[in-house]
Amino acid sequence: MAMLSFERKYRIRGGTLVGGDLFDFWVGPFYVGFFGVTTLFFSVLGTALIIYGAALGPTWNIWQINIAPPDLKYGLALAPLQEGGLWQIITFCAVGAFCSWALREVEICRKLGIGYHVPFAFSIAILAYVTLVVVRPLLMGAWGHGFPYGILSHLDWVSNTGYQYLHFHYNPAHMLAVTFFFTTTLALSLHGSLILSSTNPGKGEVVKTPEHEDTFFRDTIGYSIGTLGIHRLGLFLALSAGFWSAVCIVISGPIWTRGWPEWWGWWLNLPVWR
Amino acid sequence: MKIFFTVLGAAVAFFLTVAMIGLTDWDRPPLAVQQNGYRGTAMAQVHTREAVAEKKEANLAPAPADPAEPGDDLAGTTYENVQVLKNVSVNEFNRLMVSMTEWVSPEQGCTYCHNTENMADDSLYQKKVARRMLQMTQHLNSDWKDKHTGGAGVTCYTCHRGQPVPANIWFTDAGPNRPGGFTARNNGQNLAKSSVGLASLPYDTLTEYLADKTIDNNVIRVNSTTALPTTKGKPIQDAEKTYGLMIHMSEGLGVNCTFCHNTRAISNWSQSTPQRTTAWHGIRMVRDINGNYLEPLTSTFPPNRLGALGDVPKVNCTTCHNGQNKPLNGAHVVDAYPELTKSTETASATPPAVPANPPTMPATPAQPAPAPQ
Repeated sequence: MAMLSFERKYRIRGGTLVGGDLFDFWVGPFYVGFFGVTTLFFSVLGTALIIYGAALGPTWNIWQINIAPPDLKYGLALAPLQEGGLWQIITFCAVGAFCSWALREVEICRKLGIGYHVPFAFSIAILAYVTLVVVRPLLMGAWGHGFPYGILSHLDWVSNTGYQYLHFHYNPAHMLAVTFFFTTTLALSLHGSLILSSTNPGKGEVVKTPEHEDTFFRDTIGYSIGTLGIHRLGLFLALSAGFWSAVCIVISGPIWTRGWPEWWGWWLNLPVWR
Repeated sequence: MKIFFTVLGAAVAFFLTVAMIGLTDWDRPPLAVQQNGYRGTAMAQVHTREAVAEKKEANLAPAPADPAEPGDDLAGTTYENVQVLKNVSVNEFNRLMVSMTEWVSPEQGCTYCHNTENMADDSLYQKKVARRMLQMTQHLNSDWKDKHTGGAGVTCYTCHRGQPVPANIWFTDAGPNRPGGFTARNNGQNLAKSSVGLASLPYDTLTEYLADKTIDNNVIRVNSTTALPTTKGKPIQDAEKTYGLMIHMSEGLGVNCTFCHNTRAISNWSQSTPQRTTAWHGIRMVRDINGNYLEPLTSTFPPNRLGALGDVPKVNCTTCHNGQNKPLNGAHVVDAYPELTKSTETASATPPAVPANPPTMPATPAQPAPAPQ
């Protein structure tokens, strides 16, 4: 297979974290590495178990397939395969596959000689997932607090988990997470529209330079963060959204069991006017 | 100047962060969780073990009095002016009077209700109220047995807890008196009242939904029953009032929304838990109590017992439940007091408000008129 012009630069040995030269090779365009092998193992096993779980279930309707965690009565023990045990093994496979992929990204970064921004960003997504299905269930004392694997069933879980705290919009970390999610889409839309319009000029016009882009936002909103800055800002906003999502769910249950509106009693209890 | 405001802003943010973390009464594991739905639906009650133990301790039912000596003399023939407990033996009657004193006025004693010179005298308002409350207790243990009170039943203690005035009563909340200015009107909301768990929801929903015995049975229901709109819908303010009432019910029972509802389809009875039926009847029972037993006592109570608007003290879910889904840890308090389980009200008395169309599980209750969209 033909190589892209820049591939020669990183198709070099070394930079592996585990396994030395053993898995340090490519299959076509794909780097393998030790973590490529583990990614493949966990993802194939996990996907196969999901299909097995779907086969055991009542429906093949893609929206309704549901692989649910165990009953709360099993606590932190292993549950029978058809009563949540599958969910436990699939969760293990998912965490294994996600972490393997992140570490494979690290190895590629080392080969390229670039920073770890990509694996770091992906790690925040893994953090959010692990918080939901491992950390919070551990703190609450039962694997059954994890969310079920199913397109509609996991949404039902989200709804009920929110209503366990009466009104989830009063969760302060949820407020931050939602705000960061909205802001990250706002920033992306501002940036994306700017780049698309400057690189797709009207007939007879030239492609615009970053100077022009900066000037556009300085004129319209009084400030331009700059070509490099927008990517730093985007990364910060997106990772903050994921981070505060993890925080908002891990505090719901383990350290706050009542309605979230009640949490705001701290404001009424400020010594200034208590 | 810029530096000043930067430092000021940072300082305010810092102190508020410290305050919100430091002033909050955080919980911590270990938790006591109770699953009440299919696994993975997140229908579960979440409390700390510590809070459950405290709640249990705070809601112990008193031991029943020793059984009365058998005897044939009836209270109605032996004593004067006995109106409700006429057909109870004198021994049973006196045993109940002693128990009532312990339940309601342990410090004040018999004289809280009785003129000890003449026990038959009705001069004290407390005695007239107590008589009506006895009828109410009998009504709750008989006419509401199948629908709400169940085998546990209620006694005076269920609400009173050793106090002449139960701790969890409520009055109509008229809100702040602001005759003018920028905030003259607040639509009855945004005041962080405990009646709605400090949410910004309308804080006086109880008056509308629990004090009016003649209310339309479907007024709380705001969810549409059809996929597409067919008429002008209920305003969002109605949904907020319903939400406020539901928060009251949750707080009163120490449960969350998933105790009764699978929130993927809150209004759908076939996806709800059996407890929702009990709660549905409970709402009607509270209206019955407030409308037929308490409101008629408005002129009996002295003015200092009435609310700011001159309304009678009323009950809500918290009055009996006190933060537990089964009051007094579910103790069958009425077993030892059979005289409280039979309604003795005559036909001339206010007829008990039987719900128009009580639901039967798991069928849809009172097949409601389709809610406006």
